[in-house]
Amino acid sequence: MKKPPVPLLQNGLRADGRAPDQMREVQIQVGTVSNADGSAVVSYGATTAVAAVYGPREMHPRHLSLPDRGVMRVRYHMAPFSTKDERKSPTPSRREIEISKVLREALEPAVMLEQYPRSRIDVFIEILQADGSTRVASLTAASLALADAGIYMRDLVVGVSVGLVDGTVVLDLNGLEDNYGEGDMPVGYMPNLRRFTLLQLDGAWTREKFLEALGLAVKGAEYVYQVAREALKNRYMAIAEEIYGR
Amino acid sequence: MASISPYGKRFISYLRREQIRRLIASKARIDGREVDQVRPVEVKTGIVKTADGSAEVKLGKTHVVAGVKIGLGQPFPDAPDEGVLVVNAEVLPHASPYTEVGPPDEFAIELARVVDRGLRHCGYVDFKKLSVEGGKAYVLWVDLYVINDDGNLVDAANLAAVAALKNAALPAVVKDETGAVKLDRNSRAPMPLDLEKAPIAVSVGKIANVLFLDPIFEEELSLDGRITYTFAQERIVAIQKTLGSFTQQELEAALDLAWRGRESYLASLKEVLQ
Amino acid sequence: MYYVTPRQLIFPGDLVATADSRVEGPVYVDNGKIRSAVVGLVEFREDVVVIVPLEGVYKPKKGDLVIGYVTDVLATGWEVDVRTFMPAYLPVSEALHKHVDLETTPLTTFLNIGDVIVAKVKDVDLTDEYPVVLTLKEERVGKVESGTVVEIAPVKVPRVVGKKGSMLAVLAEVGCDIVVGQNGRIWVKCKSPRDEVFLTSLIKKIEAESHVMGLTDRVKAEVENYKKMRQQAQA
Repeated sequence: MKKPPVPLLQNGLRADGRAPDQMREVQIQVGTVSNADGSAVVSYGATTAVAAVYGPREMHPRHLSLPDRGVMRVRYHMAPFSTKDERKSPTPSRREIEISKVLREALEPAVMLEQYPRSRIDVFIEILQADGSTRVASLTAASLALADAGIYMRDLVVGVSVGLVDGTVVLDLNGLEDNYGEGDMPVGYMPNLRRFTLLQLDGAWTREKFLEALGLAVKGAEYVYQVAREALKNRYMAIAEEIYGR
Repeated sequence: MASISPYGKRFISYLRREQIRRLIASKARIDGREVDQVRPVEVKTGIVKTADGSAEVKLGKTHVVAGVKIGLGQPFPDAPDEGVLVVNAEVLPHASPYTEVGPPDEFAIELARVVDRGLRHCGYVDFKKLSVEGGKAYVLWVDLYVINDDGNLVDAANLAAVAALKNAALPAVVKDETGAVKLDRNSRAPMPLDLEKAPIAVSVGKIANVLFLDPIFEEELSLDGRITYTFAQERIVAIQKTLGSFTQQELEAALDLAWRGRESYLASLKEVLQ
Repeated sequence: MYYVTPRQLIFPGDLVATADSRVEGPVYVDNGKIRSAVVGLVEFREDVVVIVPLEGVYKPKKGDLVIGYVTDVLATGWEVDVRTFMPAYLPVSEALHKHVDLETTPLTTFLNIGDVIVAKVKDVDLTDEYPVVLTLKEERVGKVESGTVVEIAPVKVPRVVGKKGSMLAVLAEVGCDIVVGQNGRIWVKCKSPRDEVFLTSLIKKIEAESHVMGLTDRVKAEVENYKKMRQQAQA
């Protein structure tokens, strides 16, 4: 394993001062891209993802549409200036292609595509700043953007990452922990239906650590879900405040 | 670039899908297997003489060929004392009636990356022994080619990668007249590997509430969910959930089922490699 | 049994009621429970709980009045954009009252790309190539020659109409012609362009504040104010 520049865990605290089960500051805003049918910006610490949804709209060419349900198109992309040191080439990498697929498969179980036959729903996600856990922040942003567009969903989907750092299970990996930790497990979870729609893992985990991490991920997801609900409330209550505040 | 929902080109008749679902509900499969049974595995190594290592795996009728080419190159900047692994996969246009001609699509890219993930941290290949003096390193190119797709490419491709690496032998590093470092393919050393740590990928399919191992092509067209667990010794070294959603209980049940599948695959592998 | 309270904000996946309860709106049933499928408001009406979505695409229904834009001229009809995810079609037979010889008279004589029409949805059939079929053979529909079209979120259309047409009645006080399309397009024609601008901004205001209480009174006040100012300006 590579040696980290600073110790990842010391006296029970992580390099950035967090406890193992602590998320970074979560900031969520819904409805920021006015041209889109739905949109959201989600930040986990310094990781920021913007998601915009267009749809449902007509699918062209027609012969690629499905007669009984809509088709989703999901694009995950990292801006060239989003990475810490070197500029990242804007050409979609194999990693971005895999993540686009993983995110699509994480959103499809939640979206009621059968309500929109013959249509397409476009989900565009751009990472403006990357500091670990980009795909799970993207997932949260994408699901809020879909809800903001009024697309019928069974549940919101919330993404969090869990990892293994010096043998300890930790919540919400930042870039340092992602690069130098022993394991990384991105998770996507539907909080009401209690089902997982995104799950990947790398590193080397025992069964016990894996199950412990799954439990911690649920706790983290439930926390982010509450922040998301507040953001959705704010979207609609802001107007009320503007009126009554006068 | 964007990932698009599969738009129904892979056709399965409603009747056939219902038949599969009914059978699965009573824990039976269309090919007569049990839910915890993988198809017969056939592994052969050294089948490609021009490669530095090779293997072919037949998982039922799914047929994958893996070739290893060893080169000399620069190590990754964050691992200057380790060899380099590059895994690539292609599903050949003739692998199924539905495969297109073209560069690797998202399924092939995902396939390569999942196999890579399994190989990278499990300790099967000792990458530290693949460093070469002068700040260079051995580069292991593992190319996975799907000849016939009858379902469950990842399990088969993973086995092929493991077997091909075992079959590979490192060309010696020599200096030529100008002092440049080169590889001498006539002088070989065994690949620094620990077979006990081989990564084994096991896929689990889900239809309604029933979980089953090693989905065959037609089952894949009828799935409600799919997840792959990769094990090395007692550890989980990769997970890739693709289709559908799972409760926590289902994830645990799938993990246990996958662990049992691992034994079958490992046995077939050891038969040939030891 | 209901799990919600009146005027509560609800989100996708939230519990609404047990499956045997009366609920209308974008909901679904999972394991004996009714859950919301959208972000919306909960309204308790007579004997039913209604989930009112705060956003959403227009879903055409037979009988809807819609305002469409002609986007293509085809062999025996026109393709029309009615602001939904399915293509809409106006066949010649539904547009003209007398028989027309298509060999000699091009369809563009009657309707061309860019024309605006008020139409009724004759039928919605998802198995057709053009699932939405329109007709102009009804009262008070046809090509629109002047005025302005305001676009609002389709889910806000009921608010612009109001209970028993109450809000629409307030808007009518400005003295213009108003036709409300179910697809979130509202055609407005006034004697003066200034009135059209005022009405447009008022409709957008209703859209933005649709879920806030006391809206009808506020709109009434604005209309009164405007009429006063207009009278003074004319004096």
